[in-house]
Amino acid sequence: MSTASAQQPVTKLWSGGRSPFNVSYGKLMMWYFLMSDAFTFGAFLISYGTIRFSQNVWADPNHVFNAFPFAGHANLPLAFVSLMTFILILSSVTMVLAVHEGHNMNRKGVEKWLFFTILGGLAFLGCQAWEWTHLITGDHEVLVNGTIQHFGTTVSHNPWGPEVEFNGREVATPGPIAFGGYFFGITGFHGFHVFSGVIINAVMLIKTRLGHFDERGHYEMVEKGGLYWHFVDLVWVFVFLCFYLI
Amino acid sequence: MSAQTTAVELTPHHHGGDAQVKKIWKTFWLLLFITLAELGIGLTIYTIHKGAHPNHTLVLMFKGLVCILTLAKAFYIVSIFMHLGDEVRNLIMTIIVPLMLFIWFIAAFLMDGNAWKNLRNTDAGSRPYIEKTQKEPLPTLEKGKKD
Repeated sequence: MSTASAQQPVTKLWSGGRSPFNVSYGKLMMWYFLMSDAFTFGAFLISYGTIRFSQNVWADPNHVFNAFPFAGHANLPLAFVSLMTFILILSSVTMVLAVHEGHNMNRKGVEKWLFFTILGGLAFLGCQAWEWTHLITGDHEVLVNGTIQHFGTTVSHNPWGPEVEFNGREVATPGPIAFGGYFFGITGFHGFHVFSGVIINAVMLIKTRLGHFDERGHYEMVEKGGLYWHFVDLVWVFVFLCFYLI
Repeated sequence: MSAQTTAVELTPHHHGGDAQVKKIWKTFWLLLFITLAELGIGLTIYTIHKGAHPNHTLVLMFKGLVCILTLAKAFYIVSIFMHLGDEVRNLIMTIIVPLMLFIWFIAAFLMDGNAWKNLRNTDAGSRPYIEKTQKEPLPTLEKGKKD
């Protein structure tokens, strides 16, 4: 804050001309957009929680998410999703470093860290694509109406119900159908946010390279893109909790 | 808005370059540590579930613990990475206060879900709840049919 503004009477802050919150209009509105987006994701997750609470049985995440690329049928609960979480946290760090270099008006630094952030975002999307493919195409033996059927996890099929005795062996039965819908719906909506974030960051990188922000005299656009990107990481923290941990 | 007033609002909040970078990396290690702790608890829950007689109270306790750790993670991401902690107090309040709605939102809807389960298990209260029947798998449905 400059000394000139500090000497102004406080009542003047609300009479127009400058923000009483000491931020630009764009940044303030980004915060309010993120708050409304938090309610959207919150509503989705709470809806999922409501349905899950209303069921006697639910899919055990340690059972469903136990695969790792190139690991065959090894039972590795939580391993892959931990990797995805790690990638997203790391990309959040590179983003905040890009914002920091923007404060210092260091174009090369912003370019470097934005590039790594985009790379992290793409890596996360790749992981999610693999996980979805694995779930949808993964073939499971399920006892339906006294006969054995084979299907994967989709929005209409859930092979993760309780196991029963059938011809002297344990066979799974169909679980609540809502599982697939909520899982693909919420992780898909989050994945779409990651995708938009990658596009926004790519635009920021191009604009940085073209020197637009140096001409403007500040890197506030990178900061606003950064807020969005951190929010995506924040949502993942809760998706990770609701779908994989509990 | 004139260029001069914009410049006032865009003044960076941080003080000292290297200290800020150090703080960012410190937060990263903290987040990583919390995530690893969550992972450990997740695997503990898995091990408890695999046992012959899972202790449901213990599982519930661990699940509560990961919820608290997640809130801690959320706090660090928002206050350090998103720099909300460096903003004016009134701005912080306009973000945080509306989010308080979540307290009611979560409590009310999870209780509603639980009430549905009770109705389901007792045929809307017309019969007593019998533990044994709930352990059996759900009746299987034909494809395309809804219950």
